[in-house]
Amino acid sequence: MPQIRGANVLIVGATSTIARHAAGELAARGARLHLAARDEADAERIGRDLEVRRGAEVSWGPFEATDYEDHERLLDGATDAMGGLDGLLVAVGMLGDQARADADPGHLRDVIEVNYSAPASLIAAAANRFEAQGEGWIAALSSVAGDRGRSSNYAYGSAKAGLTAFLEGLRGRLHGGGVHVLTVKPGPTDTKMTFGMDDPPPLMAEPEPVAERIVWAIKEDKDVCYAPPIWRYVMAAIRLIPASVFKKLDL
Amino acid sequence: MSEPTSLSGWGRYPTVESRVDRPEKRSALRSRVEGDGEPVLARGAGRSYGDAALLDGSGTTVLTDRLNRMLAFDSNTGVLRAEAGVRLREILETFVSRGWFLPVTPGTKEVTLGGAVAFDIHGKNHHRDGGISNFVREIELLTADGKTVTCGPKQNEELFWATVSGAGLTGIITEVALELRPIETAHVAERILKAQDLDDAFALFKEHEPDYLYSVAWIDCLASGGSLGRSHLMFGRHATPDELPAKQRRDPLGYEPDHLARLPFDLPEGVLNEYTVKAFNQLFYARQRTRDKQEVVGIDPFFYPLDAIGDWNRMYGESGFVQFQCVLPMDESYDGLKEILSQVQESGLASFLAVLKRMGGPDGGLLTFPMKGYTLALDIPRRDGLEPLLRDLHETVARRGGRVYLAKDAYLRPGTFREMYPALEEWLAVKRGVDPENRFTSAQAHRLGIEP
Repeated sequence: MPQIRGANVLIVGATSTIARHAAGELAARGARLHLAARDEADAERIGRDLEVRRGAEVSWGPFEATDYEDHERLLDGATDAMGGLDGLLVAVGMLGDQARADADPGHLRDVIEVNYSAPASLIAAAANRFEAQGEGWIAALSSVAGDRGRSSNYAYGSAKAGLTAFLEGLRGRLHGGGVHVLTVKPGPTDTKMTFGMDDPPPLMAEPEPVAERIVWAIKEDKDVCYAPPIWRYVMAAIRLIPASVFKKLDL
Repeated sequence: MSEPTSLSGWGRYPTVESRVDRPEKRSALRSRVEGDGEPVLARGAGRSYGDAALLDGSGTTVLTDRLNRMLAFDSNTGVLRAEAGVRLREILETFVSRGWFLPVTPGTKEVTLGGAVAFDIHGKNHHRDGGISNFVREIELLTADGKTVTCGPKQNEELFWATVSGAGLTGIITEVALELRPIETAHVAERILKAQDLDDAFALFKEHEPDYLYSVAWIDCLASGGSLGRSHLMFGRHATPDELPAKQRRDPLGYEPDHLARLPFDLPEGVLNEYTVKAFNQLFYARQRTRDKQEVVGIDPFFYPLDAIGDWNRMYGESGFVQFQCVLPMDESYDGLKEILSQVQESGLASFLAVLKRMGGPDGGLLTFPMKGYTLALDIPRRDGLEPLLRDLHETVARRGGRVYLAKDAYLRPGTFREMYPALEEWLAVKRGVDPENRFTSAQAHRLGIEP
């Protein structure tokens, strides 16, 4: 079971609402953190907050998810800043707009890239390092939206489905080698991604309990974690709906 | 942006429809202000009672509660620098166990730093320390041109004193540097004295205030005639470790915040009426048998008794309530308080308890509320007869040279407001300089005619 106290954890997409709270949970349990985000100035504010509130050891730096060539350098930088690398939490993503993705191939590509190709590339690079050092963990935020393709957001959902499958395969490859892979599937959470949606989805969760659940799942070596846990049952039921019926549902 | 959202203050009246935004990044806040030239108003915890944190008409209400990062703390000076969306509760949870307390706190910890500065909040130590602005070393203000300005008592003073108590109308307060108060324990040495009437209360304040940092009285609003002003006076100071019971002495700074109970539904209208309130107040007054009681209590029960019930504003039912808070100059206080309490009693609009407190004097803000004298605050449910009553009360306060507190107000009228706030013209001159197009406005500002 991974030890959080003293662990060196890289968080990418660190300014996401869920990541900020997960960082707080990890810091409270004594992890050393490196926060990487596109908005470095904001990552710094989150880092300073962790220093003041939690007395955390924390560093930060810039990160552009789709800058594939830069992924190795990011991992090097984080390892140098913390003096090691034991865990990676991936929270990059964008909800996008399905209607726009239908009409604009550039937007469709962005949604798929930011939610799937870019995180997969970074995770692959980290996995190789963890495999070589014989230990480490990867936790990545996928989504319940990846469990079924819904007409209202299948661009996002399909990319998350890809990420889920990628993580599952990787977990199998690394199984038994001391490296653990966690797929997190948050339900709709009250974050800046969902704020102001015209039809707020049901069962909207606060970010704090979602973050607590994630850190619990990391600590407990879980493979797949729905957060909040009720989504395991909701999605189990939704997965049973036959495609012939599902296509008629306005979801 | 999304559909308009229905918003109201803590008193649940009035309600407005407004588009809302909730930036989580500084860049998002800045682009909102730079945005479309439409009105903007920052709303922190939404704990002001009336319409001060409401925006009517077009524009966007900016919820600041996710811009709540603490940025630096200097344990030598006790100065905390934080984003304005940080709530006082968060400061307590972080700093009490390290030996620091808020320099000034209102009766709830669920307000944000930004709101605290925008209304220059006062607490039970106002007679000694003044408002929170006396402990604000610096603020950062995002102004209508999209730029941030640092101001404080020694830098851009004019803008600072227009922003402190400026109700969020000069710009959006983004950061606050606040000097915290060192404490040795998380406990308060409290002394409660019963006063039979207003004379008794005034005399007890005078006698005991020199020994305590904090003082306040809870008045039974329904006690009339010879018992008018019957009250409990509460005095307190931060306890020293040797005053604590042995069990707490091992961890004198141990702070377990009270858990929130919630009122899950609105009480039906009229449950709080003259008779039930009278009965409650008699029980409350009779609870303490002795005239004089001393004990050591926790921070939460001393400072935040009402926070223990999360949504206590729902006790007044759906139509809500107003909190009337005024201050009267010292030489008008005694007669003025008697007049006000009688007016409330004659109206038959029951008020639970009124809070009475001596204030030290005006603070530095141009629209400062306090003055040397007594402040009285009481809740009045919104029922028939409220508006004439408030009109009478406002008239009484204005005639006696006092003021009504904008953080609580929903009914004051422009003429009376101008009488009460003589520095308004001076304030408007600063406003014209920093926000000539009136980007930062509120429903309250509309009602009171506060426009550049």
